[in-house]
Amino acid sequence: MSQSKAVVTKALAKKVRKHVLAMTERGNSSHVGSAFSIVDILAVLYSDIMRYDPNRPDWTERDRFILSKGHAGAAVYATLAEAGFFPVELLKQHCRDGAVLSGHISHKGIPGVELSTGSLGHGLGVGVGMAKALKLAGRSSRVFVLLSDGECDEGAIWEAALFAQHHQLDNLVAIVDYNKIQSLAPVAETLALEPFRQKWESFNWCVIEAEGHDHGQMQTALSRIPIRPGRPTVLIAHTIKGKGVSFMENTVLWHYRTARGDEFDRALRELEESS
Amino acid sequence: MRDRFIQTLCDLAERDPRILLITGDLGFAVFDEYCGRFPRQFINAGVAEQNMTLVATGMALEGHVVFTYSIGNFSTLRCLEMIRNDAAYHGANVKVVSIGGGFSYGALGISHHATEDIAIMRSLPDVTCVSPCSRWETEQATRAIAREPGTCFLRLDKDAGPDGDTTEPFKLGVPRVLRKGRDVALLTTGGILSEVIKAADQLQLDGISSSVYSMHTIKPLDPRTIVAAARTHQLVVTIEEHTIHGGLGGLVLETLADEGALPKRFLRIGLDGCFSSVVGSQAYLRNTFHMDAGSIARRTRDQLASKP
Repeated sequence: MSQSKAVVTKALAKKVRKHVLAMTERGNSSHVGSAFSIVDILAVLYSDIMRYDPNRPDWTERDRFILSKGHAGAAVYATLAEAGFFPVELLKQHCRDGAVLSGHISHKGIPGVELSTGSLGHGLGVGVGMAKALKLAGRSSRVFVLLSDGECDEGAIWEAALFAQHHQLDNLVAIVDYNKIQSLAPVAETLALEPFRQKWESFNWCVIEAEGHDHGQMQTALSRIPIRPGRPTVLIAHTIKGKGVSFMENTVLWHYRTARGDEFDRALRELEESS
Repeated sequence: MRDRFIQTLCDLAERDPRILLITGDLGFAVFDEYCGRFPRQFINAGVAEQNMTLVATGMALEGHVVFTYSIGNFSTLRCLEMIRNDAAYHGANVKVVSIGGGFSYGALGISHHATEDIAIMRSLPDVTCVSPCSRWETEQATRAIAREPGTCFLRLDKDAGPDGDTTEPFKLGVPRVLRKGRDVALLTTGGILSEVIKAADQLQLDGISSSVYSMHTIKPLDPRTIVAAARTHQLVVTIEEHTIHGGLGGLVLETLADEGALPKRFLRIGLDGCFSSVVGSQAYLRNTFHMDAGSIARRTRDQLASKP
């Protein structure tokens, strides 16, 4: 990643985290930890990897992005707004009465969102269908689907994983936000996913791993798609739930808690002071 | 019905390369001609109905018109949330096909009896629900849902009733009058029309004149035909190989109530909220659950004879 690009990506991530904090506080909504976890992944995708045109959200040659872990929608809304798909001002309406921006991501009336999600386990299968159709049409567009680790408890994920390798969808990239904490407890104490890499490998996917907050590592990994022709790729992104605010990091609590008052002020200060 | 559906789909696929058929690994030997002629328009998704519906949605969002296919409840209830959140909510051109409505797969057991699907599917927003009564209606319904934008449900039966007069064009949402009578309006959906026609013949022998209506479209429903039926007959009877709770009977009563046309006498024939856990053929189960021609005629006579 070039130095100038690195600055842009970092600045985008910082802005998005501040938006997410404000959006969840104003909208009295949750999942701030889940959103912070994916901010850097989104920043790399939207600043350096994906082909898109915010003025033509339906451009046929665009890359498709699906947030399958729909509960982290605030991070995607903020990223899309910063990328120019709609005015940043609209973010103030997140989760407010009569707003279009719901807590779980919705496509209705929101340019740049391909798929509404919220019930886990749906996004990968739809992305697989898109990737299959793009192949049939001979288009070069890729499909990126961002999953949570807890979401991999869903059987539908593995149905889609089977289908993708059988149909050799090398235009498909799944990214797992592997922060290792799910709704009520750590992943390891809920339904252990390990050996996780081997699960995907045994499904015939190309597996790459990266630190999910290291922009350079992720940019390098995602620039090599397809890693092997004929194989779908999964990036296991090792992340930290609540990344960016010290007291939110690696805690189950901030899956649902909303920062208010002093907590909000402290969180905002930390985000502003971050380099 | 199944064969007519596939023949029609072959015709559609030949004219429109957007048409795709995805099966959940069912339809042995059924798709031979289709696969041979349109290999690029056919996918076997394996025994994975949830993913089948998700893939169908993704492909539909990219411009295809995708028919998903399985039997009984597998293409509907098994992947209901995918139909709701993904296909229907996104207005995706996914056409959910279930072969084996009601007791079509009678002896295979309750896992294979589709006896709540009409009620459940018609409750989903933005899903057109079609349940043809004859082979001709199957062809017409298949063509109609291929044209109809958005998500549709096509419920096919092993049995089929008579085609009736096919000179009038088939219109989604508009019931067909198959027989015109004076006393009783018999409203039915699906292949059980075969029993209803026989029941109407039996009633005729007793001097009771029946009209028979094909309610081939469950949703949307133009109320005018059934309102007129309720106003011009002494008794309205609905017959469905399905639960009477929320199915055709519920639909007709809701519609007539909304239109201020509730009839004085009404009879809903179907499963009354029980599992059909009896082993037997479709004909045997219809008899067991009092929805064969003889039972329909008898129950209609009894209802007419009772005080309003």
